[in-house]
Amino acid sequence: MACCPTSSSTELDVRKTYKLFVNGEFVRSESGRAYRPDGKVNVPRGSRKDLRDAVRASRTAFPGWAGRTAMNRGQILYRAAEMLDGRAAQFVQLLGGGARARRELDQAVETLVWYAGWTDKLSQVTGTVNPVAGPYFNFTIPEPTGVVAITAPEVAPLSGLVRRLAPALCGGNVVVALAAESQPLAALTLAEVLATSDVPAGVVNIISGQRKELLPWLASHMDINAIDTAGCSADEIKAIEESAAGNVKRVIKVTSDEQSPYLVAAFMEMKTVWHPIGV
Amino acid sequence: MAITKKQSAELARQVFEYAPAPEAIDHVKIQPHYGLFIGGRMVEGHSKKRFPTINPATERKLAEVVEADEVDVDRAVKAAGKAFDSWARLAPSRRARYLFRISRLLQERSRELAVVETMDGGKPIKESRDVDIPLSAAHFFYYAGWADKLEWAFPNRKPRPLGVAGQVIPWNFPLLMLAWKIAPALAAGNTVVLKPAETTPLSAMLFAEICMQAELPPGVVNIVTGAGKTGSLVVSHPDVKKVAFTGSTEVGKLIQRSIAGSGKRLTLELGGKAANIVFDDAPLDQAVEGIVNGIYFNQGHVCCAGSRLLVQESIAEPLLEKLKRRLSTLRLGDPLDKNTDIGAINSRAQLEKIRGLVESGIEEGAELYQPECVLPERGFWFPPTLFTNVSQSYRIAREEIFGPVLSVLTFRTPNEAVEKANNTPYGLSAGVWTDKGSRILWMAERMRAGVVWANTFNRFDPTSPFGGYKESGYGREGGVHGLLPYLELN
Amino acid sequence: MGKLDVAGETTGLGLTGTAAWLGPHAATRNDAAMPANRLVRFIPSHNPSMATALSLTHLGSLMRGVRSVDEVGAEERAASLAKRSIKKSSKLWALDLAVRCMDLTTLEGADTPGKVAAMCAKAIRPKPGDATIPSVAAVCVYPLRIADCVEHLRGSTVRIASVATAFPSGQSFTSVKIAETEEAVRVGAHEIDMVIDRGAFLSGDYQRVYDEIVAVKEACGPAHLKVILETGELGTYDAVRRASILAMAAGADFIKTSTGKVQPAATLPVALVMMESIRDFVRETGSPVGFKAAGGIRTAKQAIAYLVLTYETLGPDWMTPDRLRLGASTLLNDVLMQIGKERTGAYQSADYFTID
Repeated sequence: MACCPTSSSTELDVRKTYKLFVNGEFVRSESGRAYRPDGKVNVPRGSRKDLRDAVRASRTAFPGWAGRTAMNRGQILYRAAEMLDGRAAQFVQLLGGGARARRELDQAVETLVWYAGWTDKLSQVTGTVNPVAGPYFNFTIPEPTGVVAITAPEVAPLSGLVRRLAPALCGGNVVVALAAESQPLAALTLAEVLATSDVPAGVVNIISGQRKELLPWLASHMDINAIDTAGCSADEIKAIEESAAGNVKRVIKVTSDEQSPYLVAAFMEMKTVWHPIGV
Repeated sequence: MAITKKQSAELARQVFEYAPAPEAIDHVKIQPHYGLFIGGRMVEGHSKKRFPTINPATERKLAEVVEADEVDVDRAVKAAGKAFDSWARLAPSRRARYLFRISRLLQERSRELAVVETMDGGKPIKESRDVDIPLSAAHFFYYAGWADKLEWAFPNRKPRPLGVAGQVIPWNFPLLMLAWKIAPALAAGNTVVLKPAETTPLSAMLFAEICMQAELPPGVVNIVTGAGKTGSLVVSHPDVKKVAFTGSTEVGKLIQRSIAGSGKRLTLELGGKAANIVFDDAPLDQAVEGIVNGIYFNQGHVCCAGSRLLVQESIAEPLLEKLKRRLSTLRLGDPLDKNTDIGAINSRAQLEKIRGLVESGIEEGAELYQPECVLPERGFWFPPTLFTNVSQSYRIAREEIFGPVLSVLTFRTPNEAVEKANNTPYGLSAGVWTDKGSRILWMAERMRAGVVWANTFNRFDPTSPFGGYKESGYGREGGVHGLLPYLELN
Repeated sequence: MGKLDVAGETTGLGLTGTAAWLGPHAATRNDAAMPANRLVRFIPSHNPSMATALSLTHLGSLMRGVRSVDEVGAEERAASLAKRSIKKSSKLWALDLAVRCMDLTTLEGADTPGKVAAMCAKAIRPKPGDATIPSVAAVCVYPLRIADCVEHLRGSTVRIASVATAFPSGQSFTSVKIAETEEAVRVGAHEIDMVIDRGAFLSGDYQRVYDEIVAVKEACGPAHLKVILETGELGTYDAVRRASILAMAAGADFIKTSTGKVQPAATLPVALVMMESIRDFVRETGSPVGFKAAGGIRTAKQAIAYLVLTYETLGPDWMTPDRLRLGASTLLNDVLMQIGKERTGAYQSADYFTID
């Protein structure tokens, strides 16, 4: 348990330096700042520039991820579930140990598995072929909206994040996530899971830091297409909605335990294609 | 031959410019002034302020309507709120019947509606007659059928209506946009307060009559007239649970900001700057028609207009030649004339905006082409316009003009076409013209736009979801997807 | 790319750009392909000998490269033009033009000298006692009836058109077709309405179709050649477009939709596609080609729709019998009745119009 500073090992721990996860790499905050949410462990306090880098990385990664086959995305999400489950003990400990932590871990794994199975069904459930009154073939399919910002809820810092991350990724979006401010370690460690699950660089970026400082930058960023407010207070949501208007961001507000293809669809755009039928 | 070839051609030139063929208007009664449609009947406004609505083709006043104030809007919302419980609880099959009724009434009164739409908005009668009104009726017919089938639309959920929907619509397709808003809202069990655009309120006033004719329960549909102020009163009313807006991106952003934190649901259908992409293997003559339909339909007052023509360089010359020739056959003039292709610009303000942007195009160095075209003396007119030598950076290539102005750009490879097409904050629609099936799908996949027309353009249907990516808004109208914004899925 | 500008450069014609009627797949892959391209683009239609002198080995690939037509788009365009509304004095003039462009036709096994005589009288003076109604452009008959026409049309402006080349199927020997054409012209036909060999066309033997048109054109001598594509047998608008280009390249003075013996015959979208082909051909070669719609045109309203289509597609220069014909057997009386209605304001009865 070298990672864990609270370990009672008699050996001298080789402690882990917690880092941000940006563009597939583990990096320190460019600001050089850190904070200690639990009073002990230094956690990078990400800056607006870290967010900027993360958005840039995700935008670059977007076409590749969106262009993967649905099956491939499903396999990668499933791989993430495998990796997460494989590190179950570590996460349970990070989440405070005990049955509740175990439940949360199980739930996170289950969420990944559930959405892994949705990737190649989504367009069959939410897409349509439309019988227009004319000689045209017309269909509607869901497509990822692009760069999605996710604010992880403070309760259930692992499963709460995974519950939003997985549906966003399921549809082919790329994500810049803010870890739960008070308990960021699970989210930052989740990055290690994703990094070993064939998730391409930049598809998920995880930033820890102070929400109050970072949210306005996320909400106003012109290259973010949607923002999920799962972890936000009513006041924060209001502020986000105001800033989001700058580029007509989609603001996703559904209950934090929502798990459904409708949530995946909330991260999607519906594209309708027309073509004449003729010889 | 008694007539020489030259004489024959000259006569043809005269004859086939067509003698006036005006649509009869004697069957249409426009009242001198209209009140507000609240609680199932036309009432006088609390507001004593009235404003005229004019015929943009003649600048003549058609009628006066009320500029609804806070009290009026509150009354309308209260009426809608009062009607909500019973409307939502009404047997869904009965809701369906009301909507079917409305659809039929729209069909029965179609020519009257078409004439009013054309007089109030300036669009050619052939468009209001063949597009706006039939599609409006079809929209109600389509959603009527959904009213008692909502559980089948959203598996595993119990869809519930939201409450009072506040809806603000634009002037480019007044009745059609009304249908796009009201039909799904009512089918889902909501009640509505709708504000038509300030320059085109009349078809909505006729629709109010149709609601009465249909004996729709009082308060299910309420219509308040006014300008931006009235619209903001509608969307900001605390009892409005759902806001639907179609209009400019600028106003859409204001609305999104203004209702922040209110918990209201919002859908926006905003501006666009669509690329219409023509590859060198395209069926050229049909592509020309598609380009013309894409940008000159409804004077270019179309959010999804194909205002940027991206043409593969290797085919640019013959295509532009064909296009220019075709432009010269477009007929501009009296919107009530059945042969008119291009009617009047909707308002003086819009005309000024178009002029300003066209000026900027000339100043920035684009090459202007306009066919010979006599503009009527009265009214608001702008000739079909085409710009070549346009750079991606010019305002005419980036800003929504909302007028009959096409910017032509060229590309060399499919990748370049994709890059240029998507290089805009908008994402409403796109056109692709090519004979190669796999390329169509490749392109369709890459367009960051809500509607992709391949080898066609500007087609609409109630079953076909419509709406934008990026700054063109969110939410869809039409199809099963069009129900979602009006339902709670629990 | 379907650039044919190489041809322009090598021939010193200075022509650049892509032929509008060609798709990009009509690429010239090597020099051997050049003659075909050059031929179709640059050979003047009045010089068939030059055409036959050149190798046509790549005509097939050239034909397959003809730009495609989107069926739905073409039909929508035609339908929208059919909604044009023509009123009052314009309508009168349009109806007058319809008469002047008409090829009054009888093509029956039962045609007799008497029947043709009556038709010729009607052709010269469509409404007895009303000199304001012009003569039609031509009568159109089988070769054996040409002599009757010569006799009864003497002194009039009405021209004599004869079908030929094993009409209507075209399934006969080229030598027979040439002989038939020569004979028809010899006995007095001013215009020859030939059919293309659809069997050859559909089997991909474009060369045969082309050569036959060239040969018949030569056999026509001074007579005008109308080439009937029989679009109802071609299956697609793509094929109609190909056949149009092929016929024009081979020297047709007119291209014509149908024999009238096959359904569907003339339709507005077919006419549109053929006219667009003419427009492109004229753009490339500078030599105008006429258009004739035939078969199924029975009402004045339909006739006017073709006039509108012609005007909006080819322009006013085509609004003359020299470049536009409407072949019809029963159209004339409906046009006359419409003229009567426009003049008198009252709807007309067939009892007042002669059946010939």
